[in-house]
Amino acid sequence: MAKMYIYKRFERFWHWSQAALIIFLAITGFEVHGTFDIFGFEQAARFHRVASWALIVLIIFAIFWHFATGEWKQYLPTTKKLKEQILYYTFGMFKGEPHPTKKTELSKMNPLQRLVYLGFKLFLVPLTILSGILYMFHKTIDANDVVVVEDIPLEGIAFWHTLGAFLLMVFLVVHVYMTTTGHTPTSNIKAMLTGYEDVEDENAKGEAKKEIENNESKS
Amino acid sequence: MKRSILIVIGVAIFALVLTNILHDEVYYNLKLEELKQEYAIKPVSSVDHTKFEELQKDFESPQDVTEACIGCHTERHKEIMNSAHWNWERVAYTEGRGITAAGKKNLINNFCIGAQTNEQTCAKCHIGYGMSNDHYDFENARNVDCMVCHDNSDEYQKGSELAGYPARSVNLTTVAQHVGDPKKQNCGSCHFFGGGGNNVKHGDLDVAMLATTRDVDVHMAANGMDMSCTDCHTAENHDMKGRLYSVSSENTHRLSCDECHTSTPHFDPILNRHNAKVSCQACHIPIYAKENATKMEWKWSDAGQLQDGQPFHHEDEMGNHDYLSIKGSFKWAKNVKPEYVWFNGTANHYMLGDKIDTIPVQINTLYGSHSDADSKIIPVKVHRGDQIYDKVHNHIIQPKLYAAEKGDSAFWKDFNWDMAAEAGMRRIGLPYSGEYAFVETEMYWPVNHQVAPKDQAVSCAECHTRNEEGRLANLAGFYLPGRDFNKPLDFFGIFLFFASLGGVLLHAAIRIVVSIRKKRYNMDIIDYDKKE
Repeated sequence: MAKMYIYKRFERFWHWSQAALIIFLAITGFEVHGTFDIFGFEQAARFHRVASWALIVLIIFAIFWHFATGEWKQYLPTTKKLKEQILYYTFGMFKGEPHPTKKTELSKMNPLQRLVYLGFKLFLVPLTILSGILYMFHKTIDANDVVVVEDIPLEGIAFWHTLGAFLLMVFLVVHVYMTTTGHTPTSNIKAMLTGYEDVEDENAKGEAKKEIENNESKS
Repeated sequence: MKRSILIVIGVAIFALVLTNILHDEVYYNLKLEELKQEYAIKPVSSVDHTKFEELQKDFESPQDVTEACIGCHTERHKEIMNSAHWNWERVAYTEGRGITAAGKKNLINNFCIGAQTNEQTCAKCHIGYGMSNDHYDFENARNVDCMVCHDNSDEYQKGSELAGYPARSVNLTTVAQHVGDPKKQNCGSCHFFGGGGNNVKHGDLDVAMLATTRDVDVHMAANGMDMSCTDCHTAENHDMKGRLYSVSSENTHRLSCDECHTSTPHFDPILNRHNAKVSCQACHIPIYAKENATKMEWKWSDAGQLQDGQPFHHEDEMGNHDYLSIKGSFKWAKNVKPEYVWFNGTANHYMLGDKIDTIPVQINTLYGSHSDADSKIIPVKVHRGDQIYDKVHNHIIQPKLYAAEKGDSAFWKDFNWDMAAEAGMRRIGLPYSGEYAFVETEMYWPVNHQVAPKDQAVSCAECHTRNEEGRLANLAGFYLPGRDFNKPLDFFGIFLFFASLGGVLLHAAIRIVVSIRKKRYNMDIIDYDKKE
């Protein structure tokens, strides 16, 4: 068994604080929505606002990190082996077949992950955050009539924000479950905690090295 | 080393954020303290009227007192004679109606219906003397009643059924020598008793407010700021500030909380933002009629029952009349939660002669909607009842209710609706077909007084709730977070959530079953203790 350093320190910090914030925002958000009653509407709304600012700041840092480190390239979509990946999750893994794609430092994600996470970053999160910002600034401020977004009906804003929230919850369920489909059921979670992941065989490391060498020789 | 520093910084930031969120800072509200300072100093009169020679005499009539007043205050009567308190009407533009003069003189309500034909008794609350019919001379300055508003001796009182003249027992000299700024008692002598008894009409104006606690009214409480009516309802040149839309129509001359408290009185910006659509009163007057009950329902159709040929009355468990032969049956209520409507400061009124086009008939209509930038949610008392109308001409009838004696067609003496309707409508010059019935009516009274201490203000969840008992459960036309949601979206979202949960559970189950079949327990079932 070999270990490979996949998730950098900031990446792990970003991942887990984003996860905590999204779960907290979901709990407080659905309370504001009227789905259940935990903190009481007033506290829920207050917590939701504070947490939403924290998430916005975090995401700004994350965007910067993605571009500064070039990690954004990890999310470039590809159809290569996409079908194989889907077939693996639907049939192959029951038969004990190996993962169709290998995880490396330079290619952490399989084609399905790339697509889903790209959708998450480019569609789901912007949808929820932008509608959330419109929601937050929906009212006129005061007698000075600083009208912020009053002309957009709140009903529509709330619709998109709620849709985003529901889709995020679906993402959460599937995402958490999919972490158990690694080399062992907990190896993916361990990797996201420590940064190091057990890789299935020595070849992976070798391939990764090869790729690095290739890249170096290219540049 | 570097790692532990980072951890310490991280933990510190987390702790700071958490403290900020969870700690409720009690701020020192400087704005409010300044206001308290300002209103703690009560004005002291700069003159002593007992020392004035002009007032050292026995006044024969109240008009003589007025003349003495005008003797020094030479132009004040002109201000009064321009006011609605005197004219009982105000010229206003109303949407769909144009420019009309409307007021107590010609409008109706669903309490004692209207002053016309009943001036002799209704004029008890006119600031003049001798308004006994519709031929009153509004140009006669001698008839201005200065004392009813300016008596500071608690001696003055208007007589019953005396057309606005003082009670015969009043010592006019005492009153004339003890005049000053109006006190609560002066305003209250009429405004507490509208509709024929304490707190009947408004629900938020009650004799209890002469000496009450902060729980009832933070502004007027004896153990609070002890403010008088005119502290807010200022009256530069006898031009009173403040409107009530039982008789008013235009969005002018209104009095708002903002004038003292500013439009951003809260420390929480979210609460301040509510001010764009929600009036201060909506949250800060959670209930009204706190000390004494107010009338919520009045059915004139029950009036006229007699026992042994005599009128009678009956009282409810609170000691208020729930039946009077002369007026019908009533429902009273105490500690009432207001109803809420959109209001932009303009109102329409049912004017005698208007055709009835909705049932219940809207005695007054408060205009406003969410889409109107000037509108806010305000609390209202809605007074419901029924009253007499003409079945053929399809309009409300102004009946003659009052007369001094029997045989003058007055309902309160003769208990004959037909005669009362005929006499009333003849006087105001509208047709009466001889066929009458009773029609349901509604009247809207904005609730502005009895502001509660801040810890009793309406809480967020009382409106932001899916509960059908929520305060704004019935206020339509806008999306209220916590109350409203898109039903198909919620259905779809919850379905999708549980479908995905079911999906992954099914997937996991298949994995487990497959791995059991392959007898690979040690490898595939979650094994936390696994060593490398």
